[in-house]
Amino acid sequence: MSTASLEQSERRKAWGFVAPALLWTVAFFVLPFLYMAAMSLWSRQGREIVRVWNLDNYVRFFTESALLRGLTNSLEITLTVTVLSVLLAYPLAWIIAERVPKRWQRMALILAILPFWTSYVVRSYSWLLVLSKGGVINQALTGIGLIAEPLEIASNRTATIIGFVHFFVMLLTLTIYSNLIQLSPNYRRAAADLGANAFQTFWHIVLPLTLPGIMTGAFLTFVLCIGDYITPQILGGNNELVLPQIIMLQIGRRADFPMAAALSIILMLAVTAAYALCARWLKIERA
Amino acid sequence: MTASVSIRNATKTFGSFRALDDVSLDIDAGEFIVLLGPSGCGKTTLLSILGGFMTPTAGSVEIGGRDMTGVPPARRPTTTMFQDYALFPHMRLVDNVGFGLRMRGMGRAEREDKASDFLDLVRLKASAQKKPHELSGGQKQRVALARALAVDPDVLLLDEPLGALDLKLRRQMQDELKAIQKRVGTTFVHVTHDQEEAMAIADRIVVMNQGRVEDYGPPSDIYMRPKSLFSAGFMGEVNFLQGQVTEAAKDHAHVATPIGPIMLSSANFTGTRPASGDRVTLCIRPEHFCASDNQSAIRLGEAEVTGSAFFGTHFRCHLLPVAARDVSLVAHMPQSARVAAGDRIPLAVDPTAVTVLPVA
Amino acid sequence: MTTEIQARAPASLFRRSSLQPALVSVLSWLYLIVIYAFIFLPVAVLVLFSFQDGRLPVPPFNGFSLQWYETVFADRKLMAALTNSFLVAILSSILACLLGFLAAYALARYRLPGSALQRGLLIAPMTVSYLIIALGMLAMLNTLRIPLSLWTVGIGHVVINLPLCFAIIYASMGDHHINIERAARDLGANDFKVMALVTAPMLMPSILAAFFLSVTFSWDEFIIAFLLSRFDVTLPVEIWSMLRSGLNPKTNAVGSLVFLVSVAVLLVLELALFGRSRKP
Repeated sequence: MSTASLEQSERRKAWGFVAPALLWTVAFFVLPFLYMAAMSLWSRQGREIVRVWNLDNYVRFFTESALLRGLTNSLEITLTVTVLSVLLAYPLAWIIAERVPKRWQRMALILAILPFWTSYVVRSYSWLLVLSKGGVINQALTGIGLIAEPLEIASNRTATIIGFVHFFVMLLTLTIYSNLIQLSPNYRRAAADLGANAFQTFWHIVLPLTLPGIMTGAFLTFVLCIGDYITPQILGGNNELVLPQIIMLQIGRRADFPMAAALSIILMLAVTAAYALCARWLKIERA
Repeated sequence: MTASVSIRNATKTFGSFRALDDVSLDIDAGEFIVLLGPSGCGKTTLLSILGGFMTPTAGSVEIGGRDMTGVPPARRPTTTMFQDYALFPHMRLVDNVGFGLRMRGMGRAEREDKASDFLDLVRLKASAQKKPHELSGGQKQRVALARALAVDPDVLLLDEPLGALDLKLRRQMQDELKAIQKRVGTTFVHVTHDQEEAMAIADRIVVMNQGRVEDYGPPSDIYMRPKSLFSAGFMGEVNFLQGQVTEAAKDHAHVATPIGPIMLSSANFTGTRPASGDRVTLCIRPEHFCASDNQSAIRLGEAEVTGSAFFGTHFRCHLLPVAARDVSLVAHMPQSARVAAGDRIPLAVDPTAVTVLPVA
Repeated sequence: MTTEIQARAPASLFRRSSLQPALVSVLSWLYLIVIYAFIFLPVAVLVLFSFQDGRLPVPPFNGFSLQWYETVFADRKLMAALTNSFLVAILSSILACLLGFLAAYALARYRLPGSALQRGLLIAPMTVSYLIIALGMLAMLNTLRIPLSLWTVGIGHVVINLPLCFAIIYASMGDHHINIERAARDLGANDFKVMALVTAPMLMPSILAAFFLSVTFSWDEFIIAFLLSRFDVTLPVEIWSMLRSGLNPKTNAVGSLVFLVSVAVLLVLELALFGRSRKP
């Protein structure tokens, strides 16, 4: 009897420890989310939300080109950003891990991610200073006489992509670098020992072994990029809206909460699809 | 494929630390050599120099008569079996074993054929399509061996490959390594800190300490006739007895010890030739104390047993000789001996098994 | 056969081994220069033109002036937002760490039914965009007619930081700590004493890491703070409203201040916390 009651009291204690965190997550994350999912199946009339179950919002999404365009814009921009960021970050991470002397590596890495520590909002704004019509780049190019008229590089998709890539290069450099330095040096020694030259060692050994790091970083980039409102809002102009911008429009000017909810669910489905595609690389095999 | 190895005055320093101190060594083609010593003795440094992963600060290495100084690992006729195996985790076994052949430009079909032959050699042909994480420690170790041998190296370098295995598996792998080495004929240079492993597999053992070669020879010589006090102590338990040469003749010498005078043949002196007045250390292994009724044994009076424990093959006893109670000895008594603390037993030693070295 | 292959290899390798490293080296340094320039360009421009003696933070640079920093420090709303951000970040991070620690302790040390499910639930918010979390809470709060305030922002920030704190602390709660805790219990400590005097101090490095990461995220978080606040706002939201005035050196000054203070804090942490632990 005493052991049973001891076990029971232990278990009660344990429930007491997890309960606050579980309750918090359920109350402020799960329930609101379920509520929003339900709301996406309601509709709006004037300023009122009508609680009649229907699929109107989803039907509208696939039939109204302005809404559907939001998703395709989001996907195009996000994929471009993810690919560009990986292509730019990998060489940087590799150079820091393999070419920079050991004692300077930490310094090089801290420098590479230093602009992380500006405010996210300000970081996008500062690209405006660089890219706008009177900005640094245009003034420099007209100054040396390379162009006569300022280029239109701010307030469009290119600017959004540059702003995003700037942020995610730093993030990916971190994940890829940490993956690179975790590789046992014996893998490279073994490859060299068996006759591989530097390129072959990289191509057959280092690159495949850092694929998990690349995919983890790429997935993170995808998730953060496709859900971001600030960067496209500041740098993108108003011609090509992405999904988060359209969601914000629904709850702002149009006060259409059910539509915003439906769009959010679609955004989440996009992330889930990306996860399903990356999942097989996100788990790491160990020797 | 096989080749001889010749190391001339190899020295490697890291800052002020001499990891390898003027080492010279000749290894015959097809020999199984074990570099034996405690951690930090320089054995792994020497192996890295042979493999081309390190360049010696001074000295040179020749393999098969060709100077290897400055030749990178990829172009040496050596391959290394790494301590952590370094199997490529993303490749199937057949791809791991075939990797070196692929780097040499061998076509896919031929390469997979040959790789599967080598997997067969280590009895893992059926697992060719598996990935390394599906294998046990011993299996990984065998794949690493197959991968290193698949490129037909002249010299195979093994960096404590059995260290991570449990005792039973280690014994089994020792036999297997030895059998495979005899079959392929490649020169094996094997690093370990385990003297039993060294004796089990080596044709010749190189005992190293503090960057120097202490001893070099077949296992029985190293054990029975060590050339240094370190070597004697590292190869197994040994009693050190201080003594002085009282009379030196051409083929024998008399040595005075605290437990009595002993006459020894000059073959017992593995260091310098004995000269009258020399201070020497006698090395006597516990199993070389014997019953006093043995014909050739030298009697050394009586000793008191202060403790004994049964070890299966023998009793291990602590003894205090009556003649010199400040000398403590360890001796092995036969299974049948009934000894208990406090007993007095006659002490004798087999003179051919004693090694005499100069005082350190 | 092997010797034949080996005899063939050196010729091509020789050329590579002498030329290739030098080329790779030069290309590496070039790439480093270009990519660091890209990474630092906007920040450099931001900081440089925060000292602009003029109304536009773009070239030409008219001269050095601290006037924009003066206007920042004189701006009551901005200073209030700074305080709000600080309070929300610290308090929400403390709560997230506390809840995360308790949950990690329970799930790592006791056998509870459905523990995998519980772990999944606690981690789940990490996989959902902040925008969606904010929208859900906003919809719910509106329906329940709960007014928006800094409190609701704080609640939202605990939601996003709790998974992070839980994951970091849970990961560091190794089985090797169990016997130390048993020893403490054996010597007469009750559960809370074990947690406070043994478990928490042992896990302090990871608890601190979780706390500082959480503070960083909360400090810089925009969309939840934007959607769940009304009259009192946090710094990112206040900066956002400043952007409506277009390019303005005052925004540069605020941004530069945030950057320089963050870097200073980072350096102090690096030296004080991690500098010490790196020494053996």
